[in-house]
Amino acid sequence: MSRIGVFICHCGLNIAKTVRVSELAQFASTLPDVVVAKDYKFMCSTPGQEMIANDIREYKLDRVIVTACSPLMHEKTFRKVLAATGLNQYLLSIVNIREQVSWVTHDIEEGTSKAKALLNGAVYRARLLAPLTSRVINVCPDVLVVGGGIAGIQAALELANTGKKVYLVEKNSTIGGHMAQFDKTFPTLDCSACILTPKMDAVLQHKNITLLTSCEISEVKGYVGNFDITIRQKARYVDHDKCNACLACTEKCPGKGVSEWDEGLVKRKAIYIPFPQAVPQKPVIDRDTCTFFKKGKCRLCEKICEQKAIDFEQTDTFLPIKVGAVVIATGYDLMDTRELIQYGYGKYPGVYNALEVERLFNSAGPTGGKVTLRDGKEPQAIAIFHCIGSRDKNHYEHCSRVCCMYSLKFAHLFKEKTEADVYQFYIDMRAAGKGYEEFYNRLIEEDVKFIRGKGARVKSCAEEPGRLMVEAEDTITGKFVRLPVDMVVLSPAIVPRADARDVARLFNLSTDKQGFFMERHPKLAPLSTMSEGVYIAGVCQSPKDIPDTVAQANGAAAEALTIVEKDTMELEATTAMVNPSSCCGCQNCVRVCPYSAPFFKADKGVSEINEALCKGCGLCAAVCPASAIIARHFTNDQILSEMEGLMEY
Amino acid sequence: MSFEPKILGIACNWCTYTGADLAGTTRLQYPQNLRVVRVMCSSRINPSFIFRAFQMGADGVLIGGCHPGDCHYNTGNLYARRRLAVTKKILDFSGMEPERFRVEWISASEGNKFAEVVTEFTEQIRKLGPQTKFKIAL
Repeated sequence: MSRIGVFICHCGLNIAKTVRVSELAQFASTLPDVVVAKDYKFMCSTPGQEMIANDIREYKLDRVIVTACSPLMHEKTFRKVLAATGLNQYLLSIVNIREQVSWVTHDIEEGTSKAKALLNGAVYRARLLAPLTSRVINVCPDVLVVGGGIAGIQAALELANTGKKVYLVEKNSTIGGHMAQFDKTFPTLDCSACILTPKMDAVLQHKNITLLTSCEISEVKGYVGNFDITIRQKARYVDHDKCNACLACTEKCPGKGVSEWDEGLVKRKAIYIPFPQAVPQKPVIDRDTCTFFKKGKCRLCEKICEQKAIDFEQTDTFLPIKVGAVVIATGYDLMDTRELIQYGYGKYPGVYNALEVERLFNSAGPTGGKVTLRDGKEPQAIAIFHCIGSRDKNHYEHCSRVCCMYSLKFAHLFKEKTEADVYQFYIDMRAAGKGYEEFYNRLIEEDVKFIRGKGARVKSCAEEPGRLMVEAEDTITGKFVRLPVDMVVLSPAIVPRADARDVARLFNLSTDKQGFFMERHPKLAPLSTMSEGVYIAGVCQSPKDIPDTVAQANGAAAEALTIVEKDTMELEATTAMVNPSSCCGCQNCVRVCPYSAPFFKADKGVSEINEALCKGCGLCAAVCPASAIIARHFTNDQILSEMEGLMEY
Repeated sequence: MSFEPKILGIACNWCTYTGADLAGTTRLQYPQNLRVVRVMCSSRINPSFIFRAFQMGADGVLIGGCHPGDCHYNTGNLYARRRLAVTKKILDFSGMEPERFRVEWISASEGNKFAEVVTEFTEQIRKLGPQTKFKIAL
């Protein structure tokens, strides 16, 4: 006989609106072994939790059922209540009558009857719950940060400043990310390099940060507190330990590649540093454009390098590291606007995307900060198209969030640097942020012309050859607008990195509809993921501006710190175990386990499970022909009883 | 009184159960005939659970897991996929309408899909009528 307490939450009206909670409590009290059933407005609040704790003591409860929101939301909260009273935390069952009942129906009859069925199932299951002991593991104090943009840099610095050892992995040959490509940042118009490059340098100088550029993650094993990660150091063909950054090689190199840093607007050498303020200040060879790799001879860089740092024999190497927590800050790509043929990107030289324009403004960019077209002329009229590919059900439904503001910034800089007329074609002006609306108002006074209507088409201008004709509907006047311009700037959708899915697979992250990494909870755990010990920051989670990215990076660093700050931590006790007296020694479990947790003990002829490796998926329990494997907390009996309870009503 | 089917769902914690929660947080409406059991991984599902569900009187059984290749436990749902494909054949062989059993891969971001699947499956079971073949009179 168990003594079960049932606690039903109204969640204000969230539940109570479509589930008759008092009737449910009445129903609960009729169920077997239930000694107390109560409903309360907010069970997760302090009085709610105290009520549960008091009733555990008063009624000598040995099982607790909380009928409320999803277990993914508050299971941990209520487990703590049990633990505080001395009751084993695994003797708790959560019935999800909010996300999976009250929020998905308007019908109070249906809602109440489904809630009863779920509660009945939980009572059946609760009777069979067993107390479990959490495993305590040692925690590795180091942290891995993936991505060396502003988010990764910020997170790495924060963590390193607390004394933790940080590995910062960046796939490019320099850190800095997109922010390093910008000239000015909105709305303050402060110079991007001036606020970023000192941080880049701080990363390089920090004694607690191991900076790993031209690196990618190749394998992730282990679990929270003890991740075993293999990092692939891509061949750079330059020995960075020998290189003294004289950069003589980059001057003499005859190879020509397209500068990724300058968004393809100019050429770079085959041996190069992406930009003069790159960190580290050491060149790499691009195999695809290097004359030696292409034609088998040249080796000019090798001849002039006094340090003998050039090494054409270099190959990819693999570096194993161990960390306790991971912060992922892999950033974003821009949508490829060539897909949208109506805008003529790639066809008309006068059509640019936003990042190209950032480079045009930048004094370290291809034009030295002068705004000139590809033919060297200064534009007389410029159209900026917002929401290209975003807020568009045919492509990406999401708002890319920063385009309104950077488009305003562009307009300001165009006005500052040219005599051109500047036109903004927008759907809605979204200026939510500190100082953003003020910036918008300032731009209105700067004689920038705002046309409320999405840019529809760009074509060559028949009346004035060499110019472009932009077309749009002005939705305020209802008139069709045709406008000859010299330059069109597209503000494309911000999209997940092309390899975001690979990163998601490596770290076991979920992705949302657009492919951005999914947070554990959109409001309460925006930086955590479904993989414990792995946190996300910056645009890899969703489009956001620099202040929000930095704030998230600090938050993710703090989250990671909560793991690595302690020497030990508790892991879920919901692992599998083998009952040796039933085991037939078939070794099915050994073959299927993704984590190699089961192993065969030849002397006894039975399998055993290494609980340190077990993640509790239950796969082995299902493949065991002898039912000798018990998946703790999800045993056959527990599942079947719950099903029975569910099917009774 | 019209026939209200009882449908048993078994959903993995990381994808389909979370997707079901998302359907709730986005306030999508779907029929209330489904009762979900949460397991950590679809690979936990022993085919006997499905037969037992029908014996207990389920009119339909819906299994949900992560998309193949996206399993939280790397390969768990690949085993589940094969096992459940065989289960469906055995059900058919045993005389059960195979339409009463469905496996869907629903990710944590597919609240819409969850609601659509449940709505569609409930209608399908409603049309098939009560399941009596395996049901054991209690």
